[in-house]
Amino acid sequence: MTNSPPDSHHPQVSFLRRIPLAVGALFRILSNPGFAARVAALRQNNAALKQTSPDAALQLLALLQRDARLIDFTQETLSSYADADIGAAARVVHEGCCKVLREHFTITPVRAEAEGSRITLNDGFDARAIRLTGNVIGHAPFKGSLSHRGWRATEVRLPQLAESHDTTVLAQAEVEL
Amino acid sequence: MSITSKTPLFSIGIDLGTTHCTLAYVDIAASDGETTSYGVLDIPQLTDPGTVRTSPLLPSFLYLPHQDELAEGELSLPWSDQQDYAVGEFARTRGALTPIRLVSSAKSWLCHAGVDRHAPILPSEAPAEVAKVSPLEASTRYLAHLRAAWDAAHPEAPFEQQDITVTIPASFDPAARELTAEAARAAGYVSLTLLEEPQAALYNWIQTSAGRWRKDVKPGDIILVIDVGGGTSDFSLIAVLAREGNLELHRVAIGDHILLGGDNMDLALAHLVARKVAQAGTTLDPWQMRALTYACRAAKEALLSDADLKTQPIVVPSRGSKLIAGSIRTELTQDEVRSTILEGFFPQVEASVCPTSRTRGGLTQLGLPYAQDAGVTRHLAALLGRQVGATAELEGFASKVNQAANFLHPTAVLFNGGVFKADILVERTLATLNGWLAAEESDAARMLAGADLDLAVARGAAYYGYVRRGLGVRIRGGTARAYYVAIESSMPAIPGVEPPMQALCVAPFGMEEETEAELKMQQFGVVVGQAVYLRFFGSSVRRQDRLGILLDFWPPDELQELGKIQATLPADGRQPGDVVEVTLRSIVTETGTLELTAVATKSDERWKVEFDIMRGNS
Repeated sequence: MTNSPPDSHHPQVSFLRRIPLAVGALFRILSNPGFAARVAALRQNNAALKQTSPDAALQLLALLQRDARLIDFTQETLSSYADADIGAAARVVHEGCCKVLREHFTITPVRAEAEGSRITLNDGFDARAIRLTGNVIGHAPFKGSLSHRGWRATEVRLPQLAESHDTTVLAQAEVEL
Repeated sequence: MSITSKTPLFSIGIDLGTTHCTLAYVDIAASDGETTSYGVLDIPQLTDPGTVRTSPLLPSFLYLPHQDELAEGELSLPWSDQQDYAVGEFARTRGALTPIRLVSSAKSWLCHAGVDRHAPILPSEAPAEVAKVSPLEASTRYLAHLRAAWDAAHPEAPFEQQDITVTIPASFDPAARELTAEAARAAGYVSLTLLEEPQAALYNWIQTSAGRWRKDVKPGDIILVIDVGGGTSDFSLIAVLAREGNLELHRVAIGDHILLGGDNMDLALAHLVARKVAQAGTTLDPWQMRALTYACRAAKEALLSDADLKTQPIVVPSRGSKLIAGSIRTELTQDEVRSTILEGFFPQVEASVCPTSRTRGGLTQLGLPYAQDAGVTRHLAALLGRQVGATAELEGFASKVNQAANFLHPTAVLFNGGVFKADILVERTLATLNGWLAAEESDAARMLAGADLDLAVARGAAYYGYVRRGLGVRIRGGTARAYYVAIESSMPAIPGVEPPMQALCVAPFGMEEETEAELKMQQFGVVVGQAVYLRFFGSSVRRQDRLGILLDFWPPDELQELGKIQATLPADGRQPGDVVEVTLRSIVTETGTLELTAVATKSDERWKVEFDIMRGNS
């Protein structure tokens, strides 16, 4: 199964279009109590935020537990163990995490340039994919040094689940007969 | 315009492996000459209860769950929610924890003449409560899964209308070939051809070279294909001839069936490490042994690919949720891997060695006849020694035959199988072979590069289905054995002495597909309603025996007994007890199986002779 990463946002509305929209909204709020209630809810909930499905997150957790024992690892208190023992367990976790990422995602750097190199960001660069830090002033084009290349999931291949599958079970209890 | 004709759109190749299956295909319309458009099917399969994901590999494992073991709907596949068993990755992982419900190595059981392959005998260690399946049924389920996966992905090109090639080890005897074809028919395969795996690997090499192969080989070359898979080792020798200006490929010899593969190597390392852990006072349970085997495989790959690496840490994770507290730390060293894998499985031996074998106890017949000698190079030496004269009668080779040679001298080697991902094993095998060649003052054999070790067989099979349509070079050779039935000599009985036996050649070496041979001279009397049993033999070296020849004497290593075959004449229209005179006819079918038929001399009735005669006896 292939899911595209979410990248469609609400379309931008120009300033000139926003003037009649604001005026229209003002009168409609005053005249229409139902519309006013919906706008009030919109302002309160920040409705531009969406709730992601917990199923995919739970599924990924189950995969990380299955192949990398990630939940087992994080549920233990490290203080009682020697570093060598923790290191041994970390190998299991590291190898397993690599396997999960390799099998279920295609991950590529956001920027192909080497870290430390100077790059130029022209006007209209994708602020969702590039974070500006430090002396952030002035206008594009911005010139700066690439401190992290970033990562992007270009493909997601999560397994399909049966209709009745309970995703909240991250690892089944095992009973040996 | 809708497609109503049944012309295949795809040539599909299926590698029905001991440890995993793959399916590759060639888009016939989009291919032109030696430029082919092909793909590999991503096979949906259960990986956990209620979880389906795709992978190009379908592990050849079948799990038969208890009725209370899984919740409803957790065995559902995209195309079926009625199945009460699992095939593939989930079967493999769950079965490792509950081996009494796991069927594995069904392919090895399919060619085990010591058992009834139609009888429900697998899992072999299952208690009576588990509903067992036959080796045939297990293979059918893998093949049916592949068919359903294809139909789900390609609704525009129904599987039953495509051209299907299923691969088998070159060393499969006629019974195992027939059983594979039977499993495929039971899985709904209509247009079916069988192809030997080493040949498929060579076809893949030809395909990927996109025409360049004609420059890479020359007339007089003898190509040795070494295919070491997860569970079996398979060798073939293919000669290159020039005929009417074209290069021709002839498969001249095959090796014995050897149950020895990459899984044995990982297991050998796991046992070595388990002994070290046991000396430190920890005994591993079967679950930990499995985890250890996985860890050893990864460590082995790292150590074999980098000779400077001295050790690789190995961690056996705890079974309980306390990961840090319960894990066992150990290591695998470079020396251990080298002595176990290189010296154990690829020893640098002399060309004259033979694999050691000891007499089997009676009880071993219950399990699979695993190779007793783990030395792949020793098996190879034995094959080349046995086949020293394989090319003697081949056109263009007579002048090249070195009279002083003690073994057949290959000039090129093609490696196949996941084991050879470790370059050092390729180098060791090639160096050993070239050592033998140098000792007989022959040129070193070169390696044919560019093989895709995991998918070559399926891809080569799909390509073969395509070239069978007349669009490329084909490997010729026909049957790689001559076949014989035993006949008791009609001589006066001597008390205490078994009547001497003669061997009657019923199918000569190199019978091509779609040919038949009939034995007019030799007649058998068959009692109506009673089964006639004949001892059946094969020879991979007696190339000169013609159809109908009666052998009074043969060196014992030249003929191998392949079990018994049986013909039963139904009593319809006859008096039980009557004797009917028949002759034998052998046919190599279009599918690639050998069929023996009993033909009545005084009427046109005929009966099929069964190879898998243990059917119904259990």
